[in-house]
Amino acid sequence: MSELARKSASSARHVEPERSGGGGGTAIDAEGLIKRFGKVTALDGLDLTVRTGEVHGFLGPNGAGKTTTIRILLGLMRNDGGSVRLLGGDPWADATKLHRRLAYVPGDVTFWPNLTGGEVIDLLGRLRGGLDPRRRDDLIERFELDPRKKSRTYSKGNRQKVALIAALASDVELLMLDEPTSGLDPLMEEVFREVILQEKSRGDRTVLLSSHILAEVEALCDRLTIIRDGRSVETGTLDDLRHLTRTTIRAELTGPVDSLAGIAGVHDLTSADGRVAFDVDADGLEPALRSLVTAGVRSLVSQPPSLEELFLRHYTRTGNGSPR
Amino acid sequence: MTGTGRLVRLILRRDRVVLPIWVLLLGLLPQLYLAGFQKLFTTDAERLEYAHVSGANAGFAGLYGPLSGDSLGELVVWRSGFVPVMIGLAALLTVIRHTRAEEEAGRSDLLRATVVGRWAQLAAALLVTMLSGLMIGLLVTGSMIGAGEPREGSIAFGALFTLSAWLFAGVAAIAAQLTTSSRGARMTAVLVLGISFVLRMGGDISAIGDGRLAWLSWLSPLGWAQKIIPYGEDNWAPAVIALLGTVMAVAVAGVLLARRDLGAGLLASRLGPAHAGAGLSSPLGLAWRLHRGLLLGWTAGFAALGVVFGGVGTSVVQLAATSNEVADTFSKIGGSGSITDAYFASTTGICALVVSLYAIQATLRMRDEEQNGHAELILGTAVGRTSWAAGHLLFALLGPAVAMAVQGAAAGLTFGDPGPVLGAALAQLPAIWVLGAVTVLLVGAVPRFAAVAWGTVAVSLLILLVGPLLEFPQWAMDVSPFTHVPQLPAASFSAVPEIVLILIAVLIAATGLAALRRRDIPA
Repeated sequence: MSELARKSASSARHVEPERSGGGGGTAIDAEGLIKRFGKVTALDGLDLTVRTGEVHGFLGPNGAGKTTTIRILLGLMRNDGGSVRLLGGDPWADATKLHRRLAYVPGDVTFWPNLTGGEVIDLLGRLRGGLDPRRRDDLIERFELDPRKKSRTYSKGNRQKVALIAALASDVELLMLDEPTSGLDPLMEEVFREVILQEKSRGDRTVLLSSHILAEVEALCDRLTIIRDGRSVETGTLDDLRHLTRTTIRAELTGPVDSLAGIAGVHDLTSADGRVAFDVDADGLEPALRSLVTAGVRSLVSQPPSLEELFLRHYTRTGNGSPR
Repeated sequence: MTGTGRLVRLILRRDRVVLPIWVLLLGLLPQLYLAGFQKLFTTDAERLEYAHVSGANAGFAGLYGPLSGDSLGELVVWRSGFVPVMIGLAALLTVIRHTRAEEEAGRSDLLRATVVGRWAQLAAALLVTMLSGLMIGLLVTGSMIGAGEPREGSIAFGALFTLSAWLFAGVAAIAAQLTTSSRGARMTAVLVLGISFVLRMGGDISAIGDGRLAWLSWLSPLGWAQKIIPYGEDNWAPAVIALLGTVMAVAVAGVLLARRDLGAGLLASRLGPAHAGAGLSSPLGLAWRLHRGLLLGWTAGFAALGVVFGGVGTSVVQLAATSNEVADTFSKIGGSGSITDAYFASTTGICALVVSLYAIQATLRMRDEEQNGHAELILGTAVGRTSWAAGHLLFALLGPAVAMAVQGAAAGLTFGDPGPVLGAALAQLPAIWVLGAVTVLLVGAVPRFAAVAWGTVAVSLLILLVGPLLEFPQWAMDVSPFTHVPQLPAASFSAVPEIVLILIAVLIAATGLAALRRRDIPA
């Protein structure tokens, strides 16, 4: 399904490159972003490139700097170093102008307690430059929101819905969603996916989606960037990244095998009583299999590379003394 | 009430700085007055003269309460007459901070899920606040006895302060059960304090005039505490009333608490409109929704205050008519003005200080919006920082003007001559705006210390209350912008200080806005 999505996204790039406003098909282009809060360095040379028309996953463990990056992209915070362009403009200097063309859903959102959900949706839409009333009502129905309730009575999930509806009902080029489904129940998560896929099929909307939910990222994103400790550690398409992950192989052999340990790309090798188990990088897969076949295989189980493993690898690897 | 002890320790840990400050400051204020008086009077005759004149001053009676006699102790009690209001304020803020504010922030869910009883949080907040009130009382009693004042009077004096804290801890305990927001609870409790003050003020001013409205004091919790009259009658009957009032308030709060769910208030939320009205489409439209309750509350409160001040003003005229001698002395001290002019000058001055709280509250709303993430939401749309701030600042600028004008007009109309009193009220505005502008600067340049803005009112109030008595040097008096505005109608109008204050306010606010445009949000 991501294959399909990528096709539609790339065709969009061909159809409407001019909408990005001179960025050559790039909606967001940040290079070497640095942001310090006192002695704490929140962003330490972060790179992020989002192409026009794509859904871009933005991943990283808690405190990696996702929200700080988004705030810089919104011109709410100023970067201490590096360069950043958003929709062809400078997010700090041209904030107000650029914000007409984008909608933002904060991660942990609260509203004015005595305004109803419907009022908040209308207000945010109007401040952005107007929203489509038909689309608003359609979204309210799909997300099963009661817009007459006061904001103070909404649960976290319902507040998230209000923010999402307000953003999605606006006709904007860029959606910046900071963990938009946290707090939504699985049913509503599904609705969210449908809506985003619909947006994607229009081809001219760019989405920056920060998320922790792998299934969501796999279902929606064309490309993704993983950050850790304020730095980008991986970026590329899902297939690119899958390529980086390892296949787990367990085999029962009929004869002895010695050459495995010497193959580049084989990790965590264990062998006992004619059974071997190891992880292998994509590049090492063929030579590893060859040596297994040479030794004689009684049975073999291979576990395909999963994104989850990739994320866990990046999330748990300790660097700069930050154990997770 | 399981877990109360642990919660008490949690509160003490969180308030380990603020709590000792207000206990010490408020508990030792009478000592400052005592020292001031001892320095001021070299002979008994001077003291008697001072007491004679001050006791007949309606403005003083309004601010401090009645002066019961001419002993040094009674003078100190009288001069400390505004301290119970500050004690009540500190007590109610503490209680709400540790009850409704916790619940609203969702921390109560966390606590209540542990081994903590239903009433534990309320009990802990009340316990800490009431013990702090007791400490204030003990400080007063101890220091007054130490200074050689009569024992029973000093105990009564301490009880006056302690009971003021207890009564408003009880009021806050009830207020915390009524509304779901801590802002609402705080406003309710402060409103009760304000009404108590106005009732006591009206009753006491009337008492030194024709006495027709003297019974008003008995409707006020502050009045009950003050009716103890330390060093004079040392009357313990009002203390019993105050104690009963406290017990009842706490009991009512406990019953209300048992009847509602965690997080809920007693006043249930109703459904609202599904679509926003046409007005809710700009930063200003939103600001109106956020500020209108505040504006309405302050305006209504100050209209009522104006009616009381104006009505009591007629008592002051009577006083002047019956005692020519008093009027003479008074006008000598008060400058060229008549006795009613001096009275209205002093009520207007108090109003201006109180209204500056409103100016600061309205300005700090910006900081609130920033901290709870609402600013991010608005600034993420096509709204610039200046127009976002402008929506709030418009209310910080015009709100106090409306409140002061309504107060002045109501007082003047009730008294029968609206012009001068209204003019006096409006003449105070530049000073109020300076404090509002300082708040803008704090929010813009050092947002973490924005709450320091409240301190500017405290300093101005302190300068007003103790400055003249302790003979502060002129530069210290000049720190307060309220020193500079003409005290109409007792003094004559001069435009220069007004214009200078307005320019200062504009300059400070512009600097603050420039800083706001340059910094991170949220910061």
